[in-house]
Amino acid sequence: MAVEGLERIVRDHPFFKGLDESFLELVCGCAQNVRFEAGAYLFREGGPADQLYLIREGRVALEIAAPGSGAVTFQTVSEGEIVGISWLFPPYRWTYDARAMERVRAIGMDATCLRTKCEADHDLGYDVMKRLVPILFQRLQATRLQVLDIYGKPAA
Amino acid sequence: MVQPASHDPMVPQVMRVAQAQLDAPDVFTLKLEPEADLPRFTPGQFNMLTAFGVGESAISVSGDPASGDGIVHTIRAVGAVSRALTELRVGDSLGLRGPFGVGWPMEELYGKDVILLAGGIGLAPLRPAIYRLLAERERFGAVAILYGTRSPADILFRSEVESWRQRLDVDVHVTVDHADESWHGQVGVVTTLLPRIAFDPGRTVALLCGPEIMMRFGVQALGSVGVPDEGMYLSMERSMKCGIGLCGHCQFSPAFVCKDGPVFRYDQIRYLLALKEL
Ligand SMILES: Cc1cc2nc3c(=O)[nH]c(=O)nc-3n(C[C@H](O)[C@H](O)[C@H](O)COP(=O)(O)OP(=O)(O)OC[C@H]3O[C@@H](n4cnc5c(N)ncnc54)[C@H](O)[C@@H]3O)c2cc1C
Repeated sequence: MAVEGLERIVRDHPFFKGLDESFLELVCGCAQNVRFEAGAYLFREGGPADQLYLIREGRVALEIAAPGSGAVTFQTVSEGEIVGISWLFPPYRWTYDARAMERVRAIGMDATCLRTKCEADHDLGYDVMKRLVPILFQRLQATRLQVLDIYGKPAA
Repeated sequence: MVQPASHDPMVPQVMRVAQAQLDAPDVFTLKLEPEADLPRFTPGQFNMLTAFGVGESAISVSGDPASGDGIVHTIRAVGAVSRALTELRVGDSLGLRGPFGVGWPMEELYGKDVILLAGGIGLAPLRPAIYRLLAERERFGAVAILYGTRSPADILFRSEVESWRQRLDVDVHVTVDHADESWHGQVGVVTTLLPRIAFDPGRTVALLCGPEIMMRFGVQALGSVGVPDEGMYLSMERSMKCGIGLCGHCQFSPAFVCKDGPVFRYDQIRYLLALKEL
């Protein structure tokens, strides 16, 4: 795909909305178009966390395998959202599985490339952090609600 | 407001169960038929139902206000009274006082975008409002139903939710807290559905019903996208006894949940939401 096409997709994705033009060029150097058929895994628990996925189309199930009861989906992620945060911090390993529930089109960002550029240019690094932290916070809040099991049976 | 059919609001009418249906684990929907006149109700109102020999509980009406065919209630068994009510079968009798309370502000929704944010059993008290919205669809702007529950097996009124989803003039999204691989829908908390719908926050009215923690998160999420406090209505399920503002059991100065609610505008009960007990 032409570079301008990729730049346009990255710029239009909500995760990078409003990104400075100079940063856009930097992050696009780490980006490529990827596609997963239904049932394919974007990544598996324990594997090297080497990508950040910007989802363009389709739905991804984030799952944890539970002994005896198969995989439990704890979140789904769709168009306009991102998959993969573990690439940010050592030991750079995925902590759950990500499975395409239908055909998924995404931008895959090479995490080593992105991390290197964030280290080299802290303005870019801080900008990327400000985009990631609210997502982490939302997921923390969502996890709190799930742990509280608010729809479950009250303790008698 | 619609007045209780019974002259003395403290005296229950005897009703007969005409239909009993399991809707989700521990959740039953009962259709009741009165021995005398059918009390009329507005969406969001509730009745006090008596399981004879066990006790009385406030239960919202979950049926269609326009239907003259019985009174419908959806009950989840959590304690002695609610369990006894869910164990009633066709032909059994129970007591009913009501309808009571102030329901959803249906007329205020005319011309507005409407978001219904329901959690768990909270879809039941919203269902009469959904029937009204669908019956008078052209009088409202965009209409979205966002429903979150525990797991796919806990989805209430499933075939009906699916039929609403097939309509082109209503945006219906369902999410569950967790699921196995057989579920192809969304997993995550109900507030994550908000970015999926189109609405004009300044002219939106949101109706929320579900566990209080869910409503608190719902209010925050709606507020963060620009829905004003005066544009949010919540159905409060604080424990009550008489149902008519006499005994003071559910009173928190100056409001009685039973008489002035159960539906309140958010800016009027912000203080109530922070209280642990009432
Ligand atoms: C206006 C109003 C409308 C209501 N509408 C409905 C309805 O449509 N369907 C319905 O099933 N219930 C509804 N409720 C709740 C209902 O009135 C009872 O509180 C509930 O059924 C429990 O009563 P119980 O006597 O069986 O249990 P209790 O003996 O009172 O309680 C048993 C256990 O359940 C917990 N509990 C009590 N109430 C709730 C609750 N609402 N949610 C979660 N846990 C609870 C208690 O803390 C306790 O741990 C409504 C309440 C109000 C105030």
